[in-house]
This record gives sequence, C-alpha cells and structure tokens, in this order.
Amino acid sequence: MANMAQAIRMALHYGETHLGVKDIFGEDVGAPLGGVFTATQGLKTTWNSPLDERGIIGMAMGIAMTGDRCVAEIQFCDYIFNTIDLLKIAGNTLWATNGNYPMPLVVMTPVGAGIRGSMYHSHSFDAWASRLQGWKVVMPSNPLDAYGLLLSAIKDPNPVLFMKPKALMRIRGEELIPGEPENEKDLKAMIDAPIGDRTKWKAKWPQLEEYVVPIGKAKVTRSGDQITVISYGRHLLLCNQVADELKEQGYSVEVIDLRSILPYDWQTIKASVEKTGRVLIVNEDTEMTNFGEHLVYRMTQELFYQLLARPRVLAGKNVPGIGLHPNLEDASVPQKHEIEQSIIEIISEVP
Amino acid sequence: MSLGVSANRAKKKAKGIVLAKKAAPATTKKTSAKAKNSASAAVKSSAKKADSSKLVSEQIQLQMYDSMVKSRVLEERLIKIYKSGEAFFWIGGPGEEAFGVPLGMLADKGQGPQHDWLHLHYRCTPTLIAMGMPMIDSIRTIMNKSTDPSTGGRNFSNHYCFPKWNIAPVTSPIEVQYIIALGTARSQQRQKAKGVTIVTGGDAGTAEGDFASCLVWASRKGAELPMLITVQNNKWGISTSYDGQHGEAHIADRARGFGIKSQVIDGNDPIESYLAIKENLEYIRETGKPAFIEAHLSRLFGHSSASGANMTDSEVDCLKVFEQKLLKKGLLDPKEVKMTWEKYEEEGVRAQEQVRNEPAPTSESIWENIYVGSENADWRKY
Repeated sequence: MANMAQAIRMALHYGETHLGVKDIFGEDVGAPLGGVFTATQGLKTTWNSPLDERGIIGMAMGIAMTGDRCVAEIQFCDYIFNTIDLLKIAGNTLWATNGNYPMPLVVMTPVGAGIRGSMYHSHSFDAWASRLQGWKVVMPSNPLDAYGLLLSAIKDPNPVLFMKPKALMRIRGEELIPGEPENEKDLKAMIDAPIGDRTKWKAKWPQLEEYVVPIGKAKVTRSGDQITVISYGRHLLLCNQVADELKEQGYSVEVIDLRSILPYDWQTIKASVEKTGRVLIVNEDTEMTNFGEHLVYRMTQELFYQLLARPRVLAGKNVPGIGLHPNLEDASVPQKHEIEQSIIEIISEVP
Repeated sequence: MSLGVSANRAKKKAKGIVLAKKAAPATTKKTSAKAKNSASAAVKSSAKKADSSKLVSEQIQLQMYDSMVKSRVLEERLIKIYKSGEAFFWIGGPGEEAFGVPLGMLADKGQGPQHDWLHLHYRCTPTLIAMGMPMIDSIRTIMNKSTDPSTGGRNFSNHYCFPKWNIAPVTSPIEVQYIIALGTARSQQRQKAKGVTIVTGGDAGTAEGDFASCLVWASRKGAELPMLITVQNNKWGISTSYDGQHGEAHIADRARGFGIKSQVIDGNDPIESYLAIKENLEYIRETGKPAFIEAHLSRLFGHSSASGANMTDSEVDCLKVFEQKLLKKGLLDPKEVKMTWEKYEEEGVRAQEQVRNEPAPTSESIWENIYVGSENADWRKY
C-alpha cells in the first residue's frame, strides 16, 4: 500500500498528465529534494521557488487568473500566516469581480503536531481556514482519501486548500489507489527517488486511474449508536482506534471522517447525531473559536431536542504554540486517552 | 461644460505651464558606478526629451490628448457624483494621464496569453480609457449598480476588471498586484507567448514586501519573467510625503540592483512616457526579461474623497501642459480643445443620467459568485 506522501505524489502525477496541471511549485518542491516529505519527487512540472510564501501564493493566484492549473505548496502551515490577506483575496476575487475571475488553484500545506516539530512545525490551520470564504478546505486521514481529495481539488474551479496531516505522511492505508501495484516494494522502486545522486533518476509511474473523493462529502468510518465522534486528519485515526477499543468494552461509537471543512457534510453529521444524541468533536487546532464550535453551535440550534448530552469539542489548548518537550506537546494537543475519557463521559451523562 | 468650469480651466492652464518648469526630471549624483548608471538613465531620458515629440506621430499625439481629456473629464465626473451624494467614495487617477494613456495605447489588448496582462492600481482610469473602456462603465462602478461590469456594485470606483482585455482585478491593498502579476507572467513565459505582463503601482506601495518579491521572482537567473514593472511615483502615500517614506534616491535603483533594465522618466510628459513604454515593451518581447519604469507624475485631486478630492494647484497638470504644447505646435486649435472637453463632459452627464436609473444589486445576490457557478456557499443550506 502507498503511504500518504506517495499517494499525494501519484495524485499530482495524475494531475499533470491528465488534469492539465502546469506548475507544481514551492520551497524545495522540485529536484533534487522533491519536497520535505518527498511528496513531489519525480514529477515533471515541479520547480523550486524562492523562500517567499507571499510570492508563492501571489504566483499561484496569477497563474490561476490565466486559467492554468497549478498546485502551490507552503512548506509548513506555520509559515502561511503572512499570506493570510492573499488567501482572503484568492477567496474573494470571484465574488469581488461578480463572477469575472475564477481562481482555480490548489494550495497544499502540512499541518498539525505529532512529529515533535516544536513551535514552528506544529501549528494547525483548520480553524483559520474555516474563515476563508470562497475557498474549499479539505484534510485527508489516509492515502486513498489523499489521492481522491487532491484530484477533486485539482478539478475544482475554486481555490482549494489541501491540508496534509504531517504526522500521517508515512502511514499506509487499507485500500489500493486505482492503478497502484499491490506490492509496496514495487511502488517504492518505481516512484521513490534513490538516496544519493538523483540527477539521472526518473520515476516510473504506474498506470493510475481517476478516483475522486467529492469535496464536501464525509465518511462514516465506524458505525455505532451511542455517540457521534467527528474528526479529520491525524486525530481521525486516534478516534477510530478508541472506537475499536471501546467496542470491546461494549460501547458503540460512530466515527465520522469529515474530510472537508468547507463545505462540510452537514447531512451526514445530522443523520448520525439524530441517531446517537451525543457528540464529541476532536481536532488539534486551538480550542477558542475552533471550527468544531461552529458545528456544536449548529447542533444546538437545529438538533437541540435530539441531544441527550452536552456536545463537546476536544481541541488543542489555547496556548501560543506547541512546545518541543513531549510533556509540553502532549499537554497541548488532544491525546488518545483524553478522547477515550471524553467519549465515556459523554455516553455516561444523564440528561 | 459650464462657462465657470471653462474659466477655471483657463486659469489652471496658465499655472500649469509655470509649474511644468519646476518639474524637471529627477537626476542623480554620480557618486559610484551604480549611481552613474542610475544617473545616466535619468539624464539620457532628459536629453531625449528635447526632441522627442518628433518621434511620435502627430496622430498618436492627438489620440493621446483625446484620451487624456476623456479620462480627466470622467474622473471629474466621478468626483462630482461623489460630491453630489450619489456615490459613497471616490478614488482615482487624475494626474496620471500622461503615463496611463500611453500605457493603454501600447498594451497589446486582448484575452489570453498571446496578449498583454495588466495588473493595475486604483489610479488606472487613463489606461482603461485609452484601451476603449466606455465612460459609462466606470460610472456604473462608482454608483455601485448591478450593471457595473467590473464588480456588480460590490467595490469602489477605479476597481476595474475586464477579462476580455486581460485586466486583472484592481485591489484596495496597494501591493498585492506586484506578486499576482508574477503568475500571469509565468504562464506567458511557460507558453513562450507573445504577450507580456504589465504591473503598475504607487511609490508608497513599494514599501510593502510584495514589491521586493516581484523584483526577486522576476529576475531569477534563467527564469526571468516577461514583465514591465512600473511605479507611478507621485511622491505621496496618502498624506505622507515621499521623503517621509523612502531613503532611496530612486525606486528604479532598487530594480537596477536586481539587474533589471531600469529607467526614471517624467511621467507628466506623455511623449516621454510613450517612448519609454514602447521601448521597454519591445525589449521585453524581444528578450523575455523584465524591465522597470519609475514615472514621476502628479496627484491632482488628493488621495481620495477622504481627503476632499479637491484640485491642487501645487502640482503639474500634465494635461494642461500637453494641451498648450499642441496648441503652440498648431496640432490643435482652441475651438477643437473646447469641443473635445465639451464632447466628453456631455457624454459623462448623459451616462450619469442613464446609470441613475439602472438597477442596484439585490440583497439576495450576496450569495452569488462565492463559488463558480454560484454553487451553494451558505452553510445553512449544506
């Protein structure tokens, strides 16, 4: 099975060979490195940009204005904050021009903690991104979804932010990407750049097929009827693990992988909450004005009388950064045992 | 045009000539090799000026004059619309006609990479008038009507966009066009297209990092971008003077530091502007490399309506100076001058009357065009 970095690489290859992607660029995106997570190795349209995030986003906007498709990378989302006004403009250009100028671009950026990345390699961006009107915002939790969401992002005529959970870049999924060889060693030999001199290396791409995960469509990853747990990215996998473990103790936990933050799949959320009456939302962005709070607000407005317990948001602590020492990081972002504890508490709550 | 307005203009005409003498092109002291280059660019430009009008045909000179008048009348109409309470805000480009009009005439107008892309700032009415924008479309923008082809009533005056001419959306942030322009230039470079990318901005905007980014990205060795990067230096940033914002002698020197062909010109002189823009566009088309023009020019009605939008008498009026030159050379006679001003004044008045009766955007339309095809963006309907 491909890991997530390979899945992203294959999606970009499919994008440049089948979907008209003309430029894939960013800091260290091109040869020889092919991305700090190797997600852009071996591609034909990659190039290295100056270390200038505003230039990267501006460049992407201009390319998009011409109608050409591009994928731009901000190396870590920790460095995207000085582009926030450009992201606003990318999202409001279609509206401000009353439909004259679409902005079909993809920005991908690694997010979240989990790799002991200290203060400036651990930020999350999903709450910030949820305020970028005019954008679509997605985050996969497994390689197949990464492939399918990235193809959807490239095909979409609007700006799409593709957030890569950096701690999952080496995880492998449970399903093959259409066209991917079954043996992961074969895939590695075909598309992973060798260690050392790469000047003569060329990727041998498998015959990939189109597979899209529609933007705005969530996935129920665990079925249950006592509580709905909503998450995405890295924490989705933790929620799945907790649901499996609690199942052995007799709990029935439904887990939803939201996959898209803008637009989000309210119908799947609603159907699940109407069934369970109890909700936990888990993500690692900071807790104040967290995107999960919007979902909780909506539940209290539209599903109030179906709720059997207070809906909760388990998110990152409202502190300025993720400290390097494990004690600091672990105290700052939701941990597996906290998810388990919260689920049990909510299920146990008596109305 | 009322008689009162005409009389006022006549007074300003005389003043404009006197003021023009004060506005000698900038020169630089020759204190180093780099400074020598810088100075030579400015001096060369000055030397050319003495005889330069012979290099531009009479027809083009008259065409420039006509568009300059049209643009000025339009801007004055927009200010009147604001002052009569029919618009919320005015910002625009009176004083930039001598640079903006030749730019619009020389740009290769059309849609797609084979034509020039223009990333303009909010003083670009002269350029668009020269390209053929009807006055009424600008009036629709300032009166925020749904018929406004640029924004549908959503944005300020002079915030134009015209996809049919590769006119990128004008933004209120004063710097972002310098980096967005990189992308259209990249697309043209990749396609080896005939078209180039042109970007304009004010001197105050060059304090923003995006201006430096533009110079960095446009001049990378082996990846140079076909761009005409320009700065319209009116020596103001809202209410702060040039000296309060800049230490560099010329903004053009910054471009020169990146190896970009660079020039300081008198942007109040349409002939000099025309020749400089023409030469630089030809250079870019031929070499695929960027070029830079710093045009010194005037800001005649202040920053915007927020600062009163009143005509200043302390800066050169490029239009009046040019008009006098054409009269002196016999290319125009006073009757033609009067007719030109009156023709556009009448067109502006008629356009305002028409736009007054055009529909406003509806409240429901706030949800339109958030996504392409007005795909639902209202979370209540997810």
